[in-house]
Amino acid sequence: MLTYAIRRLVLSVPTLIFISLVIFLLLQLAPNDPLAQMPLTVPDEVRQKMREAMGHDQPIHIQYWKWLIQFFWIEPSVFIDWLTRDSALFGWLPDTSLYNGQLRVISWQTRSPVMDIVVQRIPQTLWVVGTAYILAIVIAVPIGIYSAYRQYSWFDQAGTFVSMIGFSIPPFFSGVLVIVIFSVQLGWFPSIYDTTHKVVDWQSFLFQLNQMIMPVMVLTLQITAQLSRFMRASMLDNLNQDYVRTARAKGLGEPNVVMVHVLRNSMIPVVTVIALGVPNIFGGAIITEQVFKVNGIGQLLITAIEANDLPMVQTLTFVFAVLIVMFNLIADLLYGLLDPRIRYD
Amino acid sequence: MTDLSNPGPQTAPRSQWADVWQQFKSHRGALFGACIFVLIVASVYIGPFLWPHDPQFLPQGRDFINLRDTRPMYVALWDPGAKVDWSHPLGTDNLGRDTLARLLFGGQVSIAVGLTAMLLSLFLGTLVGVVAGYFRRLDGPLMRLTDLFLALPLLPLILVASLLFRESLAAIFGPEGGVFVLIVTLIGITSWMQTARIVRGDVLALKEREFVLAARSIGTTNTKLITRHMLPNILSPILVSATLGIATAIITESALSFLGFGFPPDFPTWGRLLNDGVDRLVSYPERSIWPGIMISLTVLSVNYLGDGLRDALDPRIRGR
Repeated sequence: MLTYAIRRLVLSVPTLIFISLVIFLLLQLAPNDPLAQMPLTVPDEVRQKMREAMGHDQPIHIQYWKWLIQFFWIEPSVFIDWLTRDSALFGWLPDTSLYNGQLRVISWQTRSPVMDIVVQRIPQTLWVVGTAYILAIVIAVPIGIYSAYRQYSWFDQAGTFVSMIGFSIPPFFSGVLVIVIFSVQLGWFPSIYDTTHKVVDWQSFLFQLNQMIMPVMVLTLQITAQLSRFMRASMLDNLNQDYVRTARAKGLGEPNVVMVHVLRNSMIPVVTVIALGVPNIFGGAIITEQVFKVNGIGQLLITAIEANDLPMVQTLTFVFAVLIVMFNLIADLLYGLLDPRIRYD
Repeated sequence: MTDLSNPGPQTAPRSQWADVWQQFKSHRGALFGACIFVLIVASVYIGPFLWPHDPQFLPQGRDFINLRDTRPMYVALWDPGAKVDWSHPLGTDNLGRDTLARLLFGGQVSIAVGLTAMLLSLFLGTLVGVVAGYFRRLDGPLMRLTDLFLALPLLPLILVASLLFRESLAAIFGPEGGVFVLIVTLIGITSWMQTARIVRGDVLALKEREFVLAARSIGTTNTKLITRHMLPNILSPILVSATLGIATAIITESALSFLGFGFPPDFPTWGRLLNDGVDRLVSYPERSIWPGIMISLTVLSVNYLGDGLRDALDPRIRGR
């Protein structure tokens, strides 16, 4: 198992390098001028100087190499320094001071390091997306279990219909719909998410809860629809197995059979699907964030694309890619750990 | 003695497609979905002939004041003072353009994008899947490529590419044509992976069957073997992923238009209309809700259609 884990970890490096190359080349080879946003009054020789300052006169492989160094060496070293100096968890370690003033990935919009902005934005996304994901798991698993146990009952039929609707209504429509219903007509919740709000006491916590309800509702509907279908299919596969008949034949109670024997076995594929879904959710949250004006990383990406901020776009897309590769790895390892029939040697 | 008077079976033998149709008919949701989808496609393509308002027509002068911001007819049921007009049953937008005509026109674009992108992604997926499954030497590289594509963050990349390549394509195909080509290509090349995996698995299984060996032994060439013997046998998974492909393509196109990365603002699609309506959601909720209902209804009907097709095309389920 350990050798398999190490092998997978090593194999994910070329994948990441390939993805970084795709992202880099897509942005570099696009017929698009990085100085297009500059005023036309800037004279040509100044433009040329700006290009040189950005490193755009260098050959493309050197640009790529420098970007790789920045992303894989300089940014992590800043992070490690922060860990050993300021964080509560590893603050007791001696300060590594790996970073001493090299050029970091700088945003063209704000002229500050891209990673600092990303780190500022991640909590907003995590609050909304994380809550929605956990809530969706908590709702979807019991629904899946019950609709598989009573297959073709009215509950199962209703569940199928609701999840079909959850599949079909895109988040930009369900978001608008809940805004019309709960914000415009009923006036229960604010339609714009206030990210400057800080939770200090009970009252402000209630406000935070209040403004989170709608985005979380939209995301939860979407995720629940997919997860509950998957849970149901997995339960159905296991309910007809021989070991279930054996368990019943030896006189085990029905709750014990379903909730212990069948559930544990059907959770194996579902857990991997949950792990695989995490990066997709970050990507999908781009739209939900846009609808409710949550300034998380999805919204950061949209504004960066619109402002032609190449370093920011490259970094964010690559962060998404790292998430995908990482959670693929986690899903594979979990599958091996949970299912003793699968052994990677 | 053999009874020669027995004339044999009286009815014609049932063909495979008759069986499929029989099974499909028994799935009520699928039949319903198919009807709705055909209805939507027919109305957006035939509708403009019956409803000859120009979706781009901008009234001038006094007409502009009279025509702009008309509410839909049904609003008069609960709000007698609302500005309604029988000649514009779904109302007009803030520039006085007829909402119904815009919805029909937007539907044409959305459905055309969905169908074309689906065809492209099916073509790519089937090509990669068949080649990977059939030629063992290419299997490894092509499947690694598929895995790599699956590891790409697709929505961010589509967003980035749709902005970067917009102007150069618009120069070649014109502003609307360029965006159409761009969006169809982007959706097509980012959604072929599932089809490729399914097709490869089926081709790998088919390759070991006796009829393929028989065909090969009479000297059938690879091309003929693939087109005559393999493709008809993997038609059913391809058809099912085609329906799912339409649904995802329509949603992706609408999402792009919604985020402002799709068609130009004066060129309505359902996603674009939804986005335009969001700004004045409080006073005119219908401007966002109707396009949203159309998107959701189309996708829902296509999903049900795919569900029924999956059952009907699977010989193990059929006939039960």
